[in-house]
Amino acid sequence: MDAFTSHTGIGVPLRRSNVDTDQIIPAVYLKRVTRTGFEDGLFAAWRNDPGFVLNQPAYAAGSVLVAGPDFGTGSSREHAVWALQNYGFRVVLSPRFGDIFRGNAGKAGLLAAQVDDKVVLRLWDLLEAEPGTTISVDLTERTVRAGSGPEAVEDSFDIDDYTRWRLLEGLDDISLTLAHEADISAYEADRPSWKPATL
Amino acid sequence: MGRTLAEKVWDEHLVRSAPPGSGEPDLLYIDLHLIHEVTSPQAFDGLRLAGRAVRRPDLTIATEDHNVPTLDWDQPIKDPVSRTQVETLRRNAAEFGVRLHPLGDLDQGIVHVVGPQLGLTQPGMTIVCGDSHTSTHGAFGALAFGIGTSEVEHVLATQTLPQARPKTMAVTVNGALPDGVTAKDLVLTLITHTGTGGGQGYVVEYRGPAIEALSMEARMTVCNMSIEWGAKAGLIAPDQTTFDYLEGRPEAPTGAEWDAAVAHWKTLLTDDDAVFDEEIVLDASTMTPFVTWGTNPGQGVPLAGSVPQPDDFAEESDRVGAGKALEYMGLEAGTPMRDIHVDTVFVGSCTNGRIEDLRAAAEILAGRSVAEGTRLLVVPGSVRVRLQAEEEGLDVIFKEAGGEWRGAGCSMCLGMNPDQLAPQERSASTSNRNFEGRQGKGGRTHLVSVPVAAATAIRGTLSSPADLPPAVERSRDHETQEV
Repeated sequence: MDAFTSHTGIGVPLRRSNVDTDQIIPAVYLKRVTRTGFEDGLFAAWRNDPGFVLNQPAYAAGSVLVAGPDFGTGSSREHAVWALQNYGFRVVLSPRFGDIFRGNAGKAGLLAAQVDDKVVLRLWDLLEAEPGTTISVDLTERTVRAGSGPEAVEDSFDIDDYTRWRLLEGLDDISLTLAHEADISAYEADRPSWKPATL
Repeated sequence: MGRTLAEKVWDEHLVRSAPPGSGEPDLLYIDLHLIHEVTSPQAFDGLRLAGRAVRRPDLTIATEDHNVPTLDWDQPIKDPVSRTQVETLRRNAAEFGVRLHPLGDLDQGIVHVVGPQLGLTQPGMTIVCGDSHTSTHGAFGALAFGIGTSEVEHVLATQTLPQARPKTMAVTVNGALPDGVTAKDLVLTLITHTGTGGGQGYVVEYRGPAIEALSMEARMTVCNMSIEWGAKAGLIAPDQTTFDYLEGRPEAPTGAEWDAAVAHWKTLLTDDDAVFDEEIVLDASTMTPFVTWGTNPGQGVPLAGSVPQPDDFAEESDRVGAGKALEYMGLEAGTPMRDIHVDTVFVGSCTNGRIEDLRAAAEILAGRSVAEGTRLLVVPGSVRVRLQAEEEGLDVIFKEAGGEWRGAGCSMCLGMNPDQLAPQERSASTSNRNFEGRQGKGGRTHLVSVPVAAATAIRGTLSSPADLPPAVERSRDHETQEV
């Protein structure tokens, strides 16, 4: 995984709450056996609507998505994270994320940053008033910044310490766990014999 | 201080506890890893790239469910992309030595139906799968939750998962469910009460007299939908109902091992002095058949109610969400739910595709006919469920009523295989999600219980069995052997 320290990119206002993973990428797009090529499935149903935010040229190259609460609820499909990344998103800001989506984002290197409801509302207003406005996200400082003058937004975001550290260092979970191989083997030696086996 | 059931299972699986104050997660051992074709190909690829093996193929099992057709399932899969995904699973299972139950195998089916049916799902286990409905297995007192593909790779490589200790919640359901009100109505009522995010960050224990009275299959229906209100997992303490269900199943322990297992399972109860971080108390006796009107499982009302007005909601985001949902669903606020015409009724899925569900549907459909202008699709959750239903003659009842009887799979629960809704087509579905496009692009889903699904098929509008005139010939005498 590539390390993530900070990112500045065009903000995309997604004025929706409860954006479940079926809306991020419908099941029919999940059939690929690679981690790439999912961008066509991103928000597939909504992108048929010419008025949808990503169909507006000012937002089309966006890389920081600003969504309402409960983003990424539902299915465990990591394809939802890949679809956002394949499209070009590096950061999603929301007041609340689905648990599995947030976990998947942390593993795959997409920053899921939890911000206050009010920050989302102000960013939406700012991004709609001035399409193409960029948002700067700093993982070291846990800050989000956009705009200038009286409408400027500057606030902090939440992310758990462990995920933040892994993202900053670009660390692979499996290697971290395999450093505890002796603990795993010791645990296995003590498992009860009545536990089921598939082979 | 005492511990909750979830904390006991957690503690028994600690390979490594996070140093206090470190902010690190614990490292948990995983007893059983369930695999299917959609969320595993990239994980196996990752192993290959890193030159890693599957650490414990003997704690891993795979089946094919999401992509499989439920018609012509003895033929090669027609959609080439679906076929490639299924063939990729077969190649990966062979290469890495993982047991696979492919299409055509007697133990093929929806992964969450197959595990319990084989007796692989047992109390006190940790169970994961790249599928959010893994919470189903919590019905046995197992800690079971869905994971993403990176985590699938992690479990394949290490048989462990780093996990932050979750908060605990009790959902205590007092009283008894009235006749005709099911576990599905109970859990839909709960989700509308909490909203889709109400359980976020919690492992939930369902308990109380109404939960204890449920069969194992009904308990699976409740735990299955834990994720629909955001919970990490949902579980129910094992009891005699659990042990009776498990005894004699192919992968259940036998003899002295059975006795040792049961002795341990009996310790898997929340201590009297344990403290939950949160508790919800519900009264089952006030519950009624419950259906959804919107585009998330928390947008529900009693069947006797009406489509709500967006202005009825206190929160601005709920008002906006309700307005968008009504537009998508093609519904007018104030319409009685019973007046809503349904094009397709789907009985099946990991929520309601087990033998008891099919028996309940057959009991209502026996001697009755599916309404003109409505189609009924009945899809068993596994091959074994299909064969059991056929042995009991349930398939004949469905076909005589005018319904379609299919092969096993996820089918119309998600728009991934040939069973899909057309745009604007409206379904009453026993599955778990009514998200936009979930059952096919533009499709409109109402989540319902099995009895409501069967009655709706007969009347053509959302209905409960109480709305039906007497059948021509009431239900037949079905055998009730276990699958």
